Amino acid sequence: MAIASTNANGAPVFYDNGDHHPQQGTLLGFWLYLMSDCLMFAVLFAVYAVLGRSYAAGPSGADLFDLPIVATNTALLLLSSITYGFAMIAMQKNSKAGVLGWLAITGLFGLGFLSLELTEFAHLIHEGAGPWRSGFLSAFFTLVGTHGLHVTFGSIWLVTLMFQVGKLGLTHENKRRLMCLSMFWHFLDLVWIGVFTFVYLMGVLP
Amino acid sequence: MSHDHHDNHHEEGGYHATYKGYLIGFILSVVLTAIPFWLVMGKVLPSPRVTAFVILGFAAVQMIVHMVYFLHLNAKVEGGWSLLAMVFTTALVVIMLSGSIWVLYHLNTNMMPSMDPQTMRNMP
Repeated sequence: MAIASTNANGAPVFYDNGDHHPQQGTLLGFWLYLMSDCLMFAVLFAVYAVLGRSYAAGPSGADLFDLPIVATNTALLLLSSITYGFAMIAMQKNSKAGVLGWLAITGLFGLGFLSLELTEFAHLIHEGAGPWRSGFLSAFFTLVGTHGLHVTFGSIWLVTLMFQVGKLGLTHENKRRLMCLSMFWHFLDLVWIGVFTFVYLMGVLP
Repeated sequence: MSHDHHDNHHEEGGYHATYKGYLIGFILSVVLTAIPFWLVMGKVLPSPRVTAFVILGFAAVQMIVHMVYFLHLNAKVEGGWSLLAMVFTTALVVIMLSGSIWVLYHLNTNMMPSMDPQTMRNMP
C-alpha cells in the first residue's frame, strides 16, 4: 500500500508512511453504516415532529409519559455506556475476564432498559393508547420502538460476542468486533438523548 | 520498533481509551441530563417555549460530549474520514428535519385553516 521507489544506493524510499490511511477499513465502514442509521432516525424524528401534536382527541404526552421512569431508563443506558467503555479499557489491557465481566454488566443494564421500555409500552397499550390511537402515538411507537429494536439487537450481538470472546479469547478479529459494537452501543445512547429530550421532555410541556 | 508500533496501532483502532476520559464524559452527561429533567419536572422556567429551546440546547451539547468522550471522534480517526462523514450526515439531518417541519407546518396552516373539532365532526 505504500508507494515506494529506490534511491541511488538501492535502498527503498517510502513517500507514504501510512499515517494517512484509514486505520481499519471495517471500522470506517461500520461508522458509515451508523451514519446511514442516523439518517433513518432523523426521518423518524421528522415524522414525530410533524405528527407529535396530532392527538385525534386522544391522550397527549403530558397525560401518558411518566418522567421518573424515563429518567431511570436514561440512567440505565448512560451507565451501560460507561461500563462498555470499561470493557474497552479491559480489552486494551488484554484482560479477558475484565472484558467478559464488564460486557455482562453492560448487558444487564441493557436488559433493564428493555424491560422497563416494554413495561411502558404494555401499560400504554393496556390503557388503549396503542399505536393505532392517533398520529402522535403511531409516530411515538415507531420512533421509540425502532430505538428499542436497535438495543435488542445490540444486546443479542453483545451476548454473541461474550461467547466468542469466551471461546476464542481476545483475538484480533474479536477486538475488531468489540470496537464495532462499542460504536453501535454509544451511538444508541446518543440517539436516546434525542428521544428523551424531543419526545418525552418536550412531550410533557404544554 | 516503528513497524511493531504501527501494527499495534492498527489493532487498537487508533485511540487509547482511558478511565479518565470515560469518567469525564459520564459526569458531564449526568449533569447535562439532570438539568433538562429538572427544568421540565420542576417547571423552573416561566415559558414552555423557552424551556423547549433550553433543553434542546442541552441535548445538542450532550451529543457532542458523547461523540468526543465515548465515540472518540476527532479529526485524526481514520484520517479524518469519520469526522467528514459525520459532518455530512449532520448537514443532511439538519436539512431534512428543518425542511420537513417547515414545509409540513405551512401545509397544515394553508390547507386546513378551519379544522376545529366542530368542523372535523361534520367531515364526510
